[in-house]
Amino acid sequence: MSKQIDIKDLDIFYGDFRAVDGVQMQIKPRSVTAFIGPSGCGKSTVLRTLNRMHEVIPGASVSGEVLMDGNDIYGAGVDPVNVRREVGMVFQRANPFPTMSIKENVLAGVRLNNRRLSKSEADDLTERALRGANLWNEVKDRLNLPGSGLSGGQQQRLCIARAIAVEPEVLLMDEPCSALDPISTLAIEDLINDLKDKYTVVIVTHNMQQAARVSDKTAFFNIAGTGKPGKLIEFNETSTIFSNPDKEETENYISGRFG
Amino acid sequence: MTTTHTTTEAAVSKPPKLTSKQLPKATPWIVAIASILVAILISFIAFGGFNIPVVAVLAGLINAIAVFAVSAAYEGRRKAVDRIATTVVTSTFILACVPLISLLWLTASKGGAAISGDLLTRTMLGMKGVLDQQYVAGEVTLAGGFYHAIVGTVLITAAACIISIPIGVLTAIYLVEYSNKNRLGKAITFLVDVMTGIPSIVAGLFAFALFSTIANVLMPGSAGIAKTGFTAAVALSVLMIPIVVRNTEEILRLVPMDLREASYALGVPKWKTIVKIVLPTSVSGILSGVTIAIARVIGETAPIMVTAGFAKTLNWNLFSGWMSTLPTFIYDSQLRPVSPGAAALASSERAWAAALVLVALVMVLNLLARIIAKVLAPKAGR
Repeated sequence: MSKQIDIKDLDIFYGDFRAVDGVQMQIKPRSVTAFIGPSGCGKSTVLRTLNRMHEVIPGASVSGEVLMDGNDIYGAGVDPVNVRREVGMVFQRANPFPTMSIKENVLAGVRLNNRRLSKSEADDLTERALRGANLWNEVKDRLNLPGSGLSGGQQQRLCIARAIAVEPEVLLMDEPCSALDPISTLAIEDLINDLKDKYTVVIVTHNMQQAARVSDKTAFFNIAGTGKPGKLIEFNETSTIFSNPDKEETENYISGRFG
Repeated sequence: MTTTHTTTEAAVSKPPKLTSKQLPKATPWIVAIASILVAILISFIAFGGFNIPVVAVLAGLINAIAVFAVSAAYEGRRKAVDRIATTVVTSTFILACVPLISLLWLTASKGGAAISGDLLTRTMLGMKGVLDQQYVAGEVTLAGGFYHAIVGTVLITAAACIISIPIGVLTAIYLVEYSNKNRLGKAITFLVDVMTGIPSIVAGLFAFALFSTIANVLMPGSAGIAKTGFTAAVALSVLMIPIVVRNTEEILRLVPMDLREASYALGVPKWKTIVKIVLPTSVSGILSGVTIAIARVIGETAPIMVTAGFAKTLNWNLFSGWMSTLPTFIYDSQLRPVSPGAAALASSERAWAAALVLVALVMVLNLLARIIAKVLAPKAGR
């Protein structure tokens, strides 16, 4: 239950503006891939194309191919809704549904997708997803309270639980720890390590130590200047990127000498 | 080098002064009361008596000057300016409250004196001028009533809601979720803006013209049967839809994009995201907007007059016959009292009682909307 993603010649546009240019990448199943790079270099944009979320922004379009186990998710007749059921996503800001309780939040994906659940199935799924997100012990006594009452770190793990409750093949994470304290970050990093056994995980992060800690492979994106498209500079084993990168640009970025 | 430099500089400059003179907290109140007393005194000396408008204006002016002077003398200029700004804002607020409170007071006192359970349950059926003359002479209790107008108000407003809430809310959903600022969306926004400014009598004429034309086509010569409660409801809808659209649009735009994206990312289709995520999150705001729209149209007089006429008796049928609402009842009572001359007072009293009921109806609606909004609002749950 996890898929390989092949990105071929991917160009991403916002209106006429070319935001990302010519990305080539192969993401292996059951691995963690980190996207690093300066702000505005297009790493989040690339991430969002992997489950067709970038289309939510008016005027956004792509050219190129994104193959999930060989099927192009931009092929003719592909329904983005079906793609998103296979590729879950966790966002930078925790966004539990404010009208729903913790339990309803976890079950939201399943319920909104028209699957009826019996009470015991719902309870099982809630527990499984919350345990999977390392949150069960903290919330098991208040499953019926609103999700927005949790702390920031707990809310983010609730969002992860919500994403894995629909059992996707791939899990995308867009800077999931950027608003969290080190302890919550550690909890989520541990979680990513566990998730890798079942899912293909792609994570965007600004924190290079985090990329080094959690990922198997790392992609470094950079941008030549404002108004220029972002480019994939180097895609390599994480250990190589952080010890002996192929490109000088990568070396400069990870060692803090920018430019 | 740097360290020594800062140390010497700190030693040379004076230690920062964090405290300053402050007037006691009660000062503005004392000054305000003193200003009112002085104003009353001036009123007695200069105008030979207690004159409310003169006292109010004088007290306001004296208060502003006194607050500034006292504060400037003791606390310094910056605080004095701050205080005078506070005083001006507060005085303006009180000024704005004057017409509101006096209107409520007048309605409550005049309407409260006239109102009785009988007025609420009787209609004007069989009403004669003699009865009013006897009432003014003190021989009988106030006859007649406006049960028919209450029923008319509720029915016509409810029908207007049934027409305009779905249209208004769905239009707003189209504008926010689907139009992406395309040409149709811009055109609708423009038309809604124009509709907001339509004079209510024009809305009434439009509805009447529409239905009398239809009636004439179906049954030539019968344009008159178009004067019904339903025609009035359509006229009110013309006034209500733009308000509902505008308010709902604002509220829907406040729903964070994050929530929609979270839902899409779970593989939830767009329509379901709107129905299950966006609308529940914003339902309390939408309801407040709807209440504002209802409060706006429930007091309309002109469009009701030209579309539903004036009825003296109870009519439960929206689709046939004339109907009265509270505003048209008030208008009719004042303009054409049942009995002319001194006994017109009776009609006037009925009108005030009806006005009180109308104001109470709007207030209850507002209260209801607040309660519903509070119950349905997303909870923080800490």
